[in-house]
Amino acid sequence: MMKRWLLAAAVALGCVAGAGQIQAKDGFIVVQSTTSTQNSGLLDAILPSFETATGIEVRVVAVGTGQAIRNAMNGDGDVLLVHAKPAEEAFVADGWGVARRDVMYNDFVLIGPDADPAGIGGGDDIVAALRLVAAAQAPFASRGDDSGTHKAELRHWMSAGINVAEASGSWYRETGAGMGATLNIAAGMGAYALTDRATWIAHGNKDGMRVLVEGDPRLFNQYGIVLVNPAKHAHVKADAGQRFIDWLTGDAGQAAIAGYRLNGQQLFFPNAGD
Amino acid sequence: MRDWDGAEMLTQPRMAVENLRIGRNGSTLLDVPYLALGGPGPTLILGPNGAGKSLLLRCMHGLIQPDGGTVWQDGALLGEDHRARQAMVFQTPVLLRRSVAANLDFVLRRQGVRWGSRKARIAALLDEGGLAGKERQAARSLSGGEAQRLAILRALACNPEILFLDEPTSALDPAATQAVEALILRASARGTRIVMVTHDVGQARRLGHDIVLMQAGRVAEHSQAADFFAAPRTAAGRAYLSGALVI
Amino acid sequence: MQGFAEEFRVAMGLIVSGDPELWAIVLLSLKVSLLAVLIAACIGMPIGAALAVGRFPGRRLVIVLLNALMGLPPVVVGLLVYLMLSRSGPLGVLQLLYTPTAMIIAQVLLVTPIIAALTRQTVETLDIEYTEQLRSLGVSRLASVPVLLWDGRLALLTALLAGFGRAIAEVGAVIVVGGNINHVTRVMTTTIALETSKGNLALALALGAILVGIAFVVTALVSMIGISREREVLHHA
Repeated sequence: MMKRWLLAAAVALGCVAGAGQIQAKDGFIVVQSTTSTQNSGLLDAILPSFETATGIEVRVVAVGTGQAIRNAMNGDGDVLLVHAKPAEEAFVADGWGVARRDVMYNDFVLIGPDADPAGIGGGDDIVAALRLVAAAQAPFASRGDDSGTHKAELRHWMSAGINVAEASGSWYRETGAGMGATLNIAAGMGAYALTDRATWIAHGNKDGMRVLVEGDPRLFNQYGIVLVNPAKHAHVKADAGQRFIDWLTGDAGQAAIAGYRLNGQQLFFPNAGD
Repeated sequence: MRDWDGAEMLTQPRMAVENLRIGRNGSTLLDVPYLALGGPGPTLILGPNGAGKSLLLRCMHGLIQPDGGTVWQDGALLGEDHRARQAMVFQTPVLLRRSVAANLDFVLRRQGVRWGSRKARIAALLDEGGLAGKERQAARSLSGGEAQRLAILRALACNPEILFLDEPTSALDPAATQAVEALILRASARGTRIVMVTHDVGQARRLGHDIVLMQAGRVAEHSQAADFFAAPRTAAGRAYLSGALVI
Repeated sequence: MQGFAEEFRVAMGLIVSGDPELWAIVLLSLKVSLLAVLIAACIGMPIGAALAVGRFPGRRLVIVLLNALMGLPPVVVGLLVYLMLSRSGPLGVLQLLYTPTAMIIAQVLLVTPIIAALTRQTVETLDIEYTEQLRSLGVSRLASVPVLLWDGRLALLTALLAGFGRAIAEVGAVIVVGGNINHVTRVMTTTIALETSKGNLALALALGAILVGIAFVVTALVSMIGISREREVLHHA
């Protein structure tokens, strides 16, 4: 069986090399990032100016933070751009990354159905709001995918003293999907959900849903950037990757982040200089 | 079991079988101690259903390995190259899903005939079988009679010394049967040895030079056609002609 | 589904007006899937024919396995290919992850069992009809394979189309090994997945409709070639 796969791979290689059309170019880096940076349209908006300035093409693979970190550990990327600070710091501490830099932040918001069955009403206290959801046993859609957003959400449940693992499958529903897919599911079953504001604003399917809790300092969502350690993976394009990091955390990149607007709203706030 | 004792008994028959045996689950399907075929005209094999006619034909053509016994062609044991000198036409013609001409070309190309000569051979063969003008038609869209004639032409394209036919007209109407019979007789006249299984006593009378009557896996009688139809030597022969012989 | 008609009009407008971005995605989809089917045919047809004509111990088991592999989940194939092509994997040095080549490999793995299994069935059915006649004509078992493949060409064309349908419609494998990278590995299905995750359901549906349309055009073209060939043989022409 394995033999046949190898054969398939060999034939595919031969065919493609022969066709000579679908060849990978050099002069590019692979950035393992999260769905929020892609779904919000931020990277599509700011990357062209970097690519024109340097001639380095940036190829973005947008997955959950957990998967992005694992892909980076496998050496399948040159730069990691995610939002789960403890995991990023562990990534560097274990030698997978060179150094971590703050890039920007946005914030999380709790969204829910207009009918608001848990009676949250609004406000800025995420922990109190989650207690109300649990008390009402109102449906809550969680990413459940080890992403940065999922990790943040679990921290708030812990602060609220609620063990969601016990409620898993009843009112607490883990979608195991990306942010956008989870918002679609929340809209579909009238559930509450924690989402980053950028994805929420950019999301096209808000059907009967609104922001209920925002502005809590605990909802702060920090993005960090890390160069994958060339000492672990010799093929990492350290120079090009470092240029991208320097650009994104430098004046030009920070200005580009600050300048990105969707529906007239600023989604990300640069803070590399802080 | 005696062979037929006619005047033209050949010293070296074209086909002969010796001690041919096939059995399945304890019952005998074929048991032929000796049979030699070699007269100047077509041999017609008659017999009721299940008598072993088709089995005998397939053994002689090498499509079935008998449990025991030997098959001879021109004094030599049936070998790997014998099929180049034999051809067979089946009850239901098996035509390739290609044009009429391509069915003939398939055989000619295998014989290494060059394209220029192949074209001429195909035209001649189609002419011979009354299929001229149909070379580009899909073989499988031919009528039953045309299809069987094409199958015979394809077999003849092999230049066989011996042509086996297994009830080639059993599904054809009288006109189509007549066309097929004419084709077979012309091939016979050109020197191709014909060995043909049939159910049709009339056909055996029209075509046969000698008749092999089979019954329950055995050769019941082998006589010249004129003798057989005038007065069968065996009880089985008489019963068959009177329509009383079954299995 | 408010706005579907409008989104569909927009998406169709992009196609008709030759929007380079959308057309690049469409062309990459076709390139990847057609190439994958071509390669899968080169591998699957001989395997299918060998299984139909050959007799060896374990043959039934291989056939059952092949039929089961037709239902291979694309995500599983994607993961396997990812593990092979990842820089930490055995084929990592080839640097194929996140390239169209990786997507082709994944689709080849998905499509080959389909083509092999359908070829096996087609050739075996035909072989039952042909076997005595071909032996009578002195055609060896090995030499009968090309004859059976050629005479089964119409059914095999259908097998190829079934493979193409699976390849072009599949998202689970290509999104894992291709990474859905803009301008590099973004194809129709991953674009649809992306737009769905952005909540642009109407646009995603419109793109889906276009995908169906493209699959229809390809299938119709191939079928027409097949049918017209057959007709040529059937009616003089």
